[in-house]
Amino acid sequence: MDMEKISNEGIEEETIEVVKNLTSAYEAGFETKIETEYAPKGLSEEIVELISKKNDEPAWMLEWRLNAYRRWLKLKQPNWAKLNLDPIDYQDIYYYAKPESMKVKPKSLDEVDPKLLETYEKLGIPLKEQKILAGVEDTTVNGQRKIAVDAVFDSVSIGTTFREELEEAGVIFCPISEAIKRYPELVKKYLGTVIPQTDNYFASLNSAVFSDGSFVYVPKGVRCPMELSTYFRINAENTGQFERTLIIADEGSYVSYLEGCTAPKRDENQLHAAVVELVILDNAEIKYSTVQNWYPGDEKGKGGIYNFVTKRANCRGVNSKVMWTQVETGSAITWKYPSCILRGDNSSGEFYSIAITNNMQQADTGTKMIHLGKNTRSRIVSKGISAGRSQNTYRGQVSVHPKSIKSRNFTQCDSLLIGDQCGAHTVPYIDIGNNSSKVEHEATTSKIDEEKLFYCMSRGLTEEESTALVVNGFCKEVLQYLPMEFAMEAQKLVAISLEGSVG
Amino acid sequence: MLKINDLKVKIDDGAEILKGLSLEISKGEIHAIMGPNGSGKSTTSNVLAGKPGYEVTNGSIQFLGEDFNQLTPDERVVQGLFLAFQYPVEIQGVTNTNFLRTSINSVLKARGEGKMSPGEFLTKLKTKANELGISSDMLKRSVNFGFSGGEKKRNEILQMAMLEPKLAILDETDSGLDIDALKVVSSGVNSLRSTERSFLVITHYQRLLNYILPDFVHIMVQGKIVKSGAADLALYVEKNGYSEFLS
Ligand SMILES: Nc1ncnc2c1ncn2[C@@H]1O[C@H](COP(=O)(O)OP(=O)(O)OP(=O)(O)O)[C@@H](O)[C@H]1O
Ligand SMILES: [Mg+2]
Repeated sequence: MDMEKISNEGIEEETIEVVKNLTSAYEAGFETKIETEYAPKGLSEEIVELISKKNDEPAWMLEWRLNAYRRWLKLKQPNWAKLNLDPIDYQDIYYYAKPESMKVKPKSLDEVDPKLLETYEKLGIPLKEQKILAGVEDTTVNGQRKIAVDAVFDSVSIGTTFREELEEAGVIFCPISEAIKRYPELVKKYLGTVIPQTDNYFASLNSAVFSDGSFVYVPKGVRCPMELSTYFRINAENTGQFERTLIIADEGSYVSYLEGCTAPKRDENQLHAAVVELVILDNAEIKYSTVQNWYPGDEKGKGGIYNFVTKRANCRGVNSKVMWTQVETGSAITWKYPSCILRGDNSSGEFYSIAITNNMQQADTGTKMIHLGKNTRSRIVSKGISAGRSQNTYRGQVSVHPKSIKSRNFTQCDSLLIGDQCGAHTVPYIDIGNNSSKVEHEATTSKIDEEKLFYCMSRGLTEEESTALVVNGFCKEVLQYLPMEFAMEAQKLVAISLEGSVG
Repeated sequence: MLKINDLKVKIDDGAEILKGLSLEISKGEIHAIMGPNGSGKSTTSNVLAGKPGYEVTNGSIQFLGEDFNQLTPDERVVQGLFLAFQYPVEIQGVTNTNFLRTSINSVLKARGEGKMSPGEFLTKLKTKANELGISSDMLKRSVNFGFSGGEKKRNEILQMAMLEPKLAILDETDSGLDIDALKVVSSGVNSLRSTERSFLVITHYQRLLNYILPDFVHIMVQGKIVKSGAADLALYVEKNGYSEFLS
């Protein structure tokens, strides 16, 4: 409760700053000049083998990858989303890029190439650990809450902070490439069980070529002592990033996990196809927050990331709980539906989303709530903001199995239009298999209120500041679900991503 | 300070609302405008504040020697104009405090002055809110959201007190206020009175002018001022109505 209060005040404070300091560009658009080692361009069994070898993987993992690859070869890229997309030449992409300096794996972050560390510093990602004094219980560093970070740079993780402290609590937080070697039983048990290799085109592709990502295991009854996060940075040119995240919350455990992502400004599109699997056992809970800020391309739609991501949570246990919160401001094209399979009785899934598109951006995003267990609950709140000539689609599925009796869903889906050249679309799929369950769907679409803008301007805010403020107000309901640090970042992004949308 | 000369204004779909309005307000003066419903009082304040949707077809608005008509609404605020709206707008999800601070800092920035420190801001806000009987709960709530009619009006005066404009236009700020609130709001206005600051008070009720004593009273009918006088003109129309001014 107290935390929430602090977090809200934090937001207030920050909005003010944000609205004042509108910057004129995509701030994360710089490139880090380093030597990079690439696998040869294109995709083949040899490349899959090479990636597996680079990661020094056991044979079972390579087998698993090759299975996925062979499956992928038989598939066609889907085209059902409301997206206008040029064909992707899968043979013209590098599937593996690693900074030369990572050739010999650094033993600690101190040994990592300063240029890489600088990159994260510039992005505002803390990679320093402050040791706590023995015997002093404290979850903050200099007044800031501690956040453990796994820093993924192109195809590899360059380091993970607070690992020892987490290990003391029994929490495993490490790059997935390492988990495959150190915790093969856990990985084998859960990898691909939420999102099978066969799930969809991009999931198959990812299963074949994923290079790194994060692995989290929270043991029975453990409340993870700090926020965990992964920061994904694409740096290398013509390279795809295929990361894989697997989080397991064992019985009665709790973890809050955040992910952030950015990429340099480039005229070419770059592919990012991630898979995120969450496994939640009896009475456990995962909060998963994303602030997606991949390079969106320029005003004319040149460049930007293709963000094609499969994310799913499997609430296997009774009373298990998952909350997805996403702020999608970046990418030329976003195609993702973080979903919840509510298998355990009394399990619950929540999805809170802000998707902002400006200029020529396209987003087709939403969620799936699959109610299987009895008395399961889901809640969807989606705020879509479209500006410029962008297209923003909410696509959501709520399905209640005949055996999922007494289940509930509430969906609220609001779209805000800025200007008259953009589009907002709402595509709900609802399917209820029994009489004792209840599904509610509310949707609104409105243009940004000129009276509100004038009111703000007549108090001295510029048109752009006014727009940012009104839009932040529109998003508030969702922003409040983000951890404090991310909420501030997200508000800033809301303002920045609407840059140039008025006037 | 403000000089409106033979102003004619059309709304975008064609009808002419202001039909040759002239008005001059000097430093430190309080002017009141009265007039029947639909005579163009709110239109006048909107046009002064720079609201889109109106077209000036004739005449000029000068504020401190500058041609106001070229400026955007926020630029006018930076020059020192403030409009307390007849119908304040609700902005959900943005707290009152946050809104005020954003407003003040935007204006200071545009004037090339430094930001107000959070401490200074909060002290000032608490003092002014207290004077106007605005609870800290109202400061935490979304701007005007779910506020009662009277609370919205008080909130407008709070914004005025925080922004300390050179010219404040109060569009029917007294409408909807109970008698105690009327006194509170009036003393809020009076405490801002100075030789450097002017007010344009739009009202239907002479009663307000007992508390805020005007230097001049103007009667507006069908888009222009048809009669001007001293404070007692308000008493006169209160008694006799507008019929003799209607053509
Ligand atoms: N956007 C608009 N579209 C159509 N008519 C308008 C518009 N704005 C103002 N008007 C008309 O212009 C006239 C003047 O309106 P205005 O709001 O200025 O009156 P007022 O003097 O403030 O009245 P009141 O005392 O009722 O507040 C009215 O007849 C009104 O209907
Ligand atoms: Mg009016």
